[in-house]
Amino acid sequence: MGKRYVSVWFCHLLADWQAIRHPELQDIPFVLVMADHGRIIVTAVSQQAQKQGVEAGMRAADAKAICPGLQVINEKPGRALKLLQALGEWFIRYTPTVAVDEFSSEGLIMEVSGCPHLWGGEREYLQDIKTHLKAKGYTVRLAIADTIGAAWAVSRFGKVTPLISPGTHTEALLSLPPEALRIEKSTVAKLQKLGFYQIKSFIGMPRSVLRRRFGESFLTRLAQALGTQNEAMCPITVPLDFQERLPCLEPIKTRKGIEMGINKLLECLCLSLEKDGKGLRTGVLTCYRVDGKIIKVDIGTNAPTHSVSHLFKLFELKIDQIRPALGIELFILAATKVEDLVAPQEVLWDGNPGLNDRSVIRLLDKVAGKVGAHVIHRYLPDTRYWPERSVKDAGSISEKASTPWRTDKPRPTELLRHPEPIEVMALIPDHPPKFFVYKAVRHQVVKADGPERIEREWWLDVGEHRDYYQVEDQYGQRYWLFRSGHYFNEQPQWYIHGFFA
Amino acid sequence: MQYKTMEGKKELIEKLQKDILLWQGYKPQESCTAERIGLGIMETAFPNGVFPTRGIHEFITAIPEHSAASDGFISALLAILMKNGAGCVWISTSRKLFPASLRTFNVDPERIIFMDVSKEQDVLWIMEEALKCDGFCAVVAEITSLNLTESRRLQLAVEKNGVTGFILRKDLRKAVSNIATARWRISPLPSYNEDEMPGIGFPRWNIELLKVRNGNPGSWELEWAGDRFVVIDQEIKKDSSYYAEQRQIG
Repeated sequence: MGKRYVSVWFCHLLADWQAIRHPELQDIPFVLVMADHGRIIVTAVSQQAQKQGVEAGMRAADAKAICPGLQVINEKPGRALKLLQALGEWFIRYTPTVAVDEFSSEGLIMEVSGCPHLWGGEREYLQDIKTHLKAKGYTVRLAIADTIGAAWAVSRFGKVTPLISPGTHTEALLSLPPEALRIEKSTVAKLQKLGFYQIKSFIGMPRSVLRRRFGESFLTRLAQALGTQNEAMCPITVPLDFQERLPCLEPIKTRKGIEMGINKLLECLCLSLEKDGKGLRTGVLTCYRVDGKIIKVDIGTNAPTHSVSHLFKLFELKIDQIRPALGIELFILAATKVEDLVAPQEVLWDGNPGLNDRSVIRLLDKVAGKVGAHVIHRYLPDTRYWPERSVKDAGSISEKASTPWRTDKPRPTELLRHPEPIEVMALIPDHPPKFFVYKAVRHQVVKADGPERIEREWWLDVGEHRDYYQVEDQYGQRYWLFRSGHYFNEQPQWYIHGFFA
Repeated sequence: MQYKTMEGKKELIEKLQKDILLWQGYKPQESCTAERIGLGIMETAFPNGVFPTRGIHEFITAIPEHSAASDGFISALLAILMKNGAGCVWISTSRKLFPASLRTFNVDPERIIFMDVSKEQDVLWIMEEALKCDGFCAVVAEITSLNLTESRRLQLAVEKNGVTGFILRKDLRKAVSNIATARWRISPLPSYNEDEMPGIGFPRWNIELLKVRNGNPGSWELEWAGDRFVVIDQEIKKDSSYYAEQRQIG
């Protein structure tokens, strides 16, 4: 599948932002200005001001003359980039790869391959972005295409449709002006001087001719827009609050070295966690190797913690997975999931053993780290009669039972995972069997209790109900048997389902 | 006068016996803090008459019926051990214990953490780690065999923290050479109903204490009477076997 890119152009990025911050500016024309070589130059224009003919690049005095009542606000340099960075982080909800458009600093580039179908299609995807941003107060133009260059061009200069379907970006570019190729102003002027007002008028020319007249960078931009040359993106990453880096002067190759590295990182990380009253739930250690490979190991805990020794023990179990090869030059330890940590009252805790004890949590972490979290189970009663479903897995170590455990009906100490068929001899209908044969051993039934009918949960599965009997054989061994279905079926099948103590 | 010297001698002998236990490496539990486990007359079999909580108790379970009986007996012991709010770990490779049944033995099933692993080594590793936890009062492990080294490691962990270890050992054929504090075999016995009532009575077991360090092995018949253990008198036992023959179903 080919890649798809969306270009987002904030037409009045800074002006919109000012209007959001100062609602009183909403209906007044205003401009943002900055001093440049001793002159005051307009850098951003609000929608109202633009309607009256004010443009970016004008002198502030001229703008005031054209548009009476114009508000002039001083702009801080670098604000646009900061704003785009923040908006880019917000955009991560739409796609994991978002980058600031470095050419114009007025928009964002997103790689959306495989994302739009989650919103119901590309049209809905763009519509969703547009409405969300409109609600925030930003006016945007969007375009989706196969290359960054084409998406950029269509978002700014396109007049037909923002949806450039796969493979048709070249045609879409043909009628656009040369500025759409993200080239320098001087080159644009040169092209216009030569009468090239549309891309189609020079796209067919030999490359050597174009290179001689407009330079290599022009060709690169053209190739990027057409998709014949790759364009790299520098995606925005959401910074983690708790992350530590450890660059190594010499590549680390030994186990001892890795251990020391982890310890050092943990000390810093735990200190910052402790300051914020947080505890780690999941952590990732990323090792950057000299040969360019990246190794990741992760740990998880059952309860938030910021204890260096405990976390180190969890990482210690994973050190074997780290293969240093030629050496590791950078360690990054990040707490990907943190939770508020309630400071325990040490004295009270020590006297009361129980599942809340820290030693228990540590054991569970260790087991989850070494064997896997799937082996740990804790059961709570479920309000269901079907024996296999009468207990449910507890979600956490502190989850309480919502209903009490039932003791009114006999339940076997050992329950077979799957009932096993047995041969029986039952004389009277709806009575326990006289004897039964299980694993080639014949058991004479001496005493019995029952039946207890348990209806199948018909809304979940289909089948017969079960009539359970508690029986004791001649040696005093106690079993839980059941007959599947009614007796008047010709051959009701009997099963053994458990052993009583 | 004569009487007094007799008393003095008895005390002296008791003290000497305790000293011998100490020299043999057995650490006595202070009888004032050690709680009775509720086994009644059976407790005389243990050293100093106190159930050794700082020890590994091994249960031999060859057939599922025996393991169910052992599960029941252990659960009943757990109920007493867990009275102070402590938790318990149950480690197994093929667990059949049904948590919903534990309430019959007064155990809160939600205070037991089950670990269902696939390898025997993991069972032993988890058991050793769990024995070091203060939050637990007991650790139960189902394994097929336990050798000398493994049992010694477990015993060391038990002595350090005082968490009781229970082992359900399935394998009978392997040579038994481990240093478990006590070795038990629990087999079910026919239950007994008063007044010839139909149905099945309280669970009843034949408890064989095959080995106990510094104690006296023996065999008892025990009933779990809903909330406590009852050691069965031989007289009643005769009656019960009589009734068992007489009773018909229906």
